[in-house]
Formats: sequence, structure tokens, C-alpha cells
Amino acid sequence: MARATPDIPNASMADIAFLLLTFFLVTTTISNDRGLSLVLPPPPEKDQEELKFQEHNLFTIQVNSSDALLVEGEPMDDVSVLKEQIKKFILNNGADPTLSDNPEKAIVSYKTDRGTSHKRFVEVLDLIQGAYYDIWAERAGVTNKRFREAASDTSVPENKAIYDKGLGKRPDGTNEIPMAVSIAEPTKIGG
Amino acid sequence: MAKFKKKTKTKQDIPTSSMPDVVFMLLFFFMVTTQLREKTIEVYQRIPEATQLRKLQRKSLVTNLFIGAPKKEAQYGKEPRIQAEDVFIEPKDIILWVNREKDKLAENERDQLTVSLKVDSEAKRGIIADVETELRKANARKILYTSMERREIK
Repeated sequence: MARATPDIPNASMADIAFLLLTFFLVTTTISNDRGLSLVLPPPPEKDQEELKFQEHNLFTIQVNSSDALLVEGEPMDDVSVLKEQIKKFILNNGADPTLSDNPEKAIVSYKTDRGTSHKRFVEVLDLIQGAYYDIWAERAGVTNKRFREAASDTSVPENKAIYDKGLGKRPDGTNEIPMAVSIAEPTKIGG
Repeated sequence: MAKFKKKTKTKQDIPTSSMPDVVFMLLFFFMVTTQLREKTIEVYQRIPEATQLRKLQRKSLVTNLFIGAPKKEAQYGKEPRIQAEDVFIEPKDIILWVNREKDKLAENERDQLTVSLKVDSEAKRGIIADVETELRKANARKILYTSMERREIK
């Protein structure tokens, strides 16, 4: 005796799946949580004393409201050489008296104007951080990209080892090459 | 004149029986990666490019601030504004907003809150510096300037 088998028509399954696929394709936004990471300094205290640094331990970068650059007092048109200059400044170790005494004392001072565009700000900050990442990566013996990956997730012991090696972590917790970037309060000339 | 006949008997059909499987696979990929956004961004977001990017590991610890010129110029003016969730806020409201965001986290994770600043390229440093000052006061000092990856020119 022939029995009617209950069949679900599945010819349209692909169409339904396509419809759903198109819906998700349109509504999806792949979130972008990548960028330049930074830790802000603690809020200024009222009776804070002015810290004095020796001039040669400071590498000053200034950007004005029309996005023009002043590096160590000299105007700079081509930013591509900036990264090498910063690296040379940090790793000077007293060889050139106009540059830093040692990496621990070296401070990159970055000052912008209230009228500086965010694009320019990010471009220069990228170069400053790039100089540090390059130095650290080289010390740890990995590529710049790998080092940044390791720095992003130090919960993995292997990454932590790379990170600490790059920064030259001493047993007392201090680092041989700390990232010392001072982002000063913007000036109000442009605005 | 010689005539050439095609003697090939190869079928020229593409097998379509596995198409639903392929489509379903794509569908699941997008279903998993999708995030339905309940808020619309009311400010321009031309994110700047950079090379030295770092990735944030824990999404639950990240909260976003959107800064840029409003899209509805007639309504909100041309000056860049700060958008948190789906409202415009002023720099002075940031401390309150940070505390509310911190309340959403577990107590032991509150100091790990990372503020992702999604800033338009054309926004000026002035407003961002105001935001930074408030974030410092609110003790939410881990920040991220969201940027797109740019290939390094060698």
C-alpha cells in the first residue's frame, strides 16, 4: 500500500536563506575597535610643583592651528623623517650632547593647538608611538606587528615575555625604555 | 574543408545542490558577526588613518564616544559635538556619563574601562582636549583613538 510521504518542499530554501543573508549583509557593521592606545596622566593636583627637565632630554614637537610642524624649534615639512629622529633621540645614550642622556630620561613632548585637526594629531602621534614600538620590537627580536599584538594581550605568558623584553623590565618593576610621551594641554592661539 | 565537431560530452552544469549549504554558511557568519545598532550616529565619522594600531581585547570594557560635526547642520550647527549613546553631551557631563558606564561593569573591572574616542578627521584638538581633561578627572584614563589601518609605505 502506497503511503504518502510528508515532504516539505525545499526548493525555496535557498531563496529564504538568500533573503536572510541579504538582510544581515545590509544591517551588519563590523565594529572597529582598533586604534592608537593611550593612558592619560592622572588629574593635575593643585599644589603640584613644576617638574624641571634638562632641555636636551626633551624632544619637542609642536603643531599649530594650520597643521604645520615645529620639531625641536625647526619647521618640518616632510613628516617621514620624524620617526627616525625620535628613535635617534631615544637611543642616544649620551653620545650626542644635544640629545637624551638615556632612554629612561628621554621625554617626547607633543604640544598641539586647539585648532589642530584630529587627522594631523593622529598622524604625528602614530609616528611617535611607531618609534617606540620599533625600538621595543627590535629589542624583543620580533616584528613591529607581532609586538603590538603581544602588547594588546599580555594575559598570554608568551606575549608578556615579549612585552617585558621589549621594554626591558627590571626586577623592581621599572622599565629601561618607558614610553614617555607628554601630550600637553593645547594652546589657544588658533581655536 | 575539414569540419570539426565537438565531441566532448562533459556536462556544463554547475552543481547547485550545495548552494543552500554555502548560503547558510555565509548566513551564519554574518549572523554571528553582526551587531545590531540601536543608536544612530548623528555626527560625521571620517576616521583618520594610522599604522601603529592596537586591538582591544575585551569588548565589554569598551565604551564609545563619537565626536564630529553634526550631520543635521540646520538643527545642531556646524561645530563638532560629542555624542554618547544617542544623545549629544557637553564636556561637563562626561564625568557623570563615565560613572554611569562604570556602574555597568563589575566592581573589580571598573578601573579597566577603556574609552574609545571615535573622532572625525576634521574635528579640532580643542574639543578633544576638553574631553580628555574631563576623562582624567573622572579617572577613566585608558583611551583609544580609533583609527583605520593604513599600509606602511616602504
